[in-house]
Amino acid sequence: MAILIGKETRLITQGITGKAGLFHSQKCREYGTNVVGGVTPKKGGTTVDGFPVFNSVAESVKATGANASMIFVPAPFAADAILEAADAGVHLIVAITEGIPVMDMLKVHNYLKSKNCILIGPNCPGVTTAGVCKIGIAPGPIHSKGRIGIVSRSGTLTYEAVHQTTVAGLGQTTAVGIGGDPIHGLSHIDVVKMLNADPETEGIILIGEIGGSDEEIAAAWIKDNVKKPVVGFIAGASAPKGKRMGHAGAIIDGTSGTAEAKIKALKDAGVTVAATAAEIGAKMVQAMKAAGK
Amino acid sequence: MKLHEYQAKAILRQAGLPVPKGEVVFKGEEVAAGLAKLGMNSGVAKAQAYTGGRGKAGGIKLFKTAEEALALTKQLLGMTLVTKQTGPEGVKIEAVLLEEASDIKRELYVAVTLDRAKANIVFILSPEGGMDIEDVAEKTPEKILKLYPAWGRNIDASLAAQGAKFLGLEGEQAKAFADVLEKLYRIYQEKDCTLLEINPLVVNGAGALSLLDCKFNIDENAVYRQKDTGGDENAEKDPSEIEASKYGLSYIKLDGDIGCMVNGAGLAMATMDTIAYYGAQPANFLDVGGSASEEAVTKAFEIISSDKNVKAILVNIFGGIMPCDRIARGVVGAVKTTGLKVPLVVRLEGTNVKEGKEVIEQSGLNLISALDLDDGAKKAAQLVKTGAGKGAN
Repeated sequence: MAILIGKETRLITQGITGKAGLFHSQKCREYGTNVVGGVTPKKGGTTVDGFPVFNSVAESVKATGANASMIFVPAPFAADAILEAADAGVHLIVAITEGIPVMDMLKVHNYLKSKNCILIGPNCPGVTTAGVCKIGIAPGPIHSKGRIGIVSRSGTLTYEAVHQTTVAGLGQTTAVGIGGDPIHGLSHIDVVKMLNADPETEGIILIGEIGGSDEEIAAAWIKDNVKKPVVGFIAGASAPKGKRMGHAGAIIDGTSGTAEAKIKALKDAGVTVAATAAEIGAKMVQAMKAAGK
Repeated sequence: MKLHEYQAKAILRQAGLPVPKGEVVFKGEEVAAGLAKLGMNSGVAKAQAYTGGRGKAGGIKLFKTAEEALALTKQLLGMTLVTKQTGPEGVKIEAVLLEEASDIKRELYVAVTLDRAKANIVFILSPEGGMDIEDVAEKTPEKILKLYPAWGRNIDASLAAQGAKFLGLEGEQAKAFADVLEKLYRIYQEKDCTLLEINPLVVNGAGALSLLDCKFNIDENAVYRQKDTGGDENAEKDPSEIEASKYGLSYIKLDGDIGCMVNGAGLAMATMDTIAYYGAQPANFLDVGGSASEEAVTKAFEIISSDKNVKAILVNIFGGIMPCDRIARGVVGAVKTTGLKVPLVVRLEGTNVKEGKEVIEQSGLNLISALDLDDGAKKAAQLVKTGAGKGAN
C-alpha cells in the first residue's frame, strides 16, 4: 500500500534534457520507478538515454498515460511548469526546483485550488515508497521496505531518518520531503493524515524546522487523531533570529516559528521528540516497543 | 534584500502614493542642490540605514536653515548608528534623506506581508503607529487587525472600509485609505515583497494621509527580476558571506568556535543544534548544497578556516546528489593548499561513502573520523572544550 506512489505510478520528468533532470530520471528508473518519458520544449520527438522526449506535458500524457511529474525546470520558469502539469491532468506533481519566488508560488497555490492534483514541494527531495518507486533526488540505496512513514521539510534530514530506520531494522513505507519553502504543496498535516490512514505504516516520523507553523498545525491534529507512535524532531534550535538559514522558509520572524514553540506543541500532542537528529531512529525503536509493535 | 527608505519612497511616490517630498544626498556638496530642488531650507535629515529605532539613536534631526542642513548631513554621513536593532557594532551611514517636515496629528500602522499558514497575503493594521508593532501585538492585541484580501483581483471595498473604520478614518480619509491599501497591495506583488511596512502612516494637520516611513523587503528568490529597485543584495552581509554566495554556498557567520561544513539546510541546522547540545557553539551555518563542485567545497573550507574564532572544524555530509568522494577531494585539496591549523572531524554517509573514506585515508592527513552526526558533534565539542583545538598548529 504505502502512500502517494507505487507500482501504478507512471512518471515523466519536466526538464529531462538538463543535467540534473536526466541524472535523476536515470536514478529513479534504476530504483524501479516506471519513468515513461520527459518534457523539454522544442526537443519533442527525440530521445535521451531511452526516454522519449515531448514538447509539452499534455503531449506526454496523451502518448504515455503519465500520472506523475517530476520538475527540474529552472526557478524562473518552474511555476509555469507546475501549472502546465496541472492543466495536463497530471495527478501528482513533485517540484524539486529550488529558488522559486514566493509570489510565483502564491499564483500556483491559488490556481491549483480548482484542480484535482497533489503538489509536493517545491525545493524538496521528493517522495520514495521503499523498494517500489522513487520520485526525486533521495539516494535510493539507503531505503529499506518496512513499517515507518516519514515526513520532513529538509532533504538531508529525511535521509538521516531513512538511514537510521534502515539501520535499526524498522524500514520505511513511504518517505516524503515536503520542502523548505514558505508556500508549498503538501504540508506536514496532509502527509500525517495519509500515513495515519495507511495500514502498512505502523509508526510515523515528523521532521520540521524553524519558521512557519506547519508543525504546530500537524501536532494539533496528531493529538486528536493519531494512535500510532510518532517521533518528532525540529531543526534550528540554535539558529539566530532574523537570519534565513538556507531554506527560504527557515527564518524566525518575531516570536513565531521558534524551535521551542514547535517542540512544545509536539510534546503536548504526545509525540516523542528527539533531542538531536542523531537519535531519531533510536527514539522510533523505543516508541514502537512501548506501543507493543 | 532590503531597500533604503529613499529607494522605497521613490517606488511609493511613482505609484501615486502620498509621500513627503525629499531628496537623497551622499555627500555634503549635494545638500545645497538638494534643498534648491525641494525649494525649502527647513526640514528633516534622516540617516539611511536598514534599521528601526533611528530617531532615538540620533539618526533623525530637524534643521531650520540651509547651513544647519549641511552641518547635520556632514555629521550623519560616515557616522556609525547604533540602535537597539543593530547590535553594538552599529551600521555606517552612507546616505541622508532630506525631507520636508510633517505636521503629525495621528500615527497609524499598515503593513503587508505573507501569512504562510493561510497561504495568503495579509494586511496588518493598527491605530498605534510609530511604535514597535511586536510590543503592540503582545500588550494590546485588540489594537491589531488583520485583513486578508482575495487573490487575483482588487481589494474589496468592504474590506477597505472595515480597515478604515478600525483606524478611525472617515469620509475622504477612508477613501484615501482604500487607495493606499490598493496601491500597497499592487506594489507588494509587483516588487516581490516579503514585507512592506508603513510605520507611521500619518494623518497630517490638513487631515490628509502621508506615508512617513517605510520598510521594504524583497524576496531573495526574486532579486534577479527586481534589480531596478536599486536594492543592494549584498547589504548587511559579512564579506565572507558575499564570497561564499559567489560559489553557490549558503554561509552565515556566527559567534562560536566550531566551523561547520554540511550539505542541506536542515542537516546544517541540526548539526549546529547538536554542537550546542554538547555545550559548544557553532562558528557558522554553511550549506554547500547538493551540487557543489570540488572547487566550491575547497572554497567553503577556506572560508571556514579563515575565521579566526574557529578552533575545530566539523564536516558532516549525508551524500544524496552530492557524492561523498567529491566532498572528500575538495576538503583534502583545501587542506593541502592552506594547511590544517585546527583539528578536523569528518563524518561521511550516503552516496559513494566508501570512495569518500578512501580519499580521506589515502590523503595521509591527520583527520578525525566520526561514526555519525552525534559522534562528530561530540568529538568536535570535546576538542574545543579541552583546548586541544586552541593554538594547535
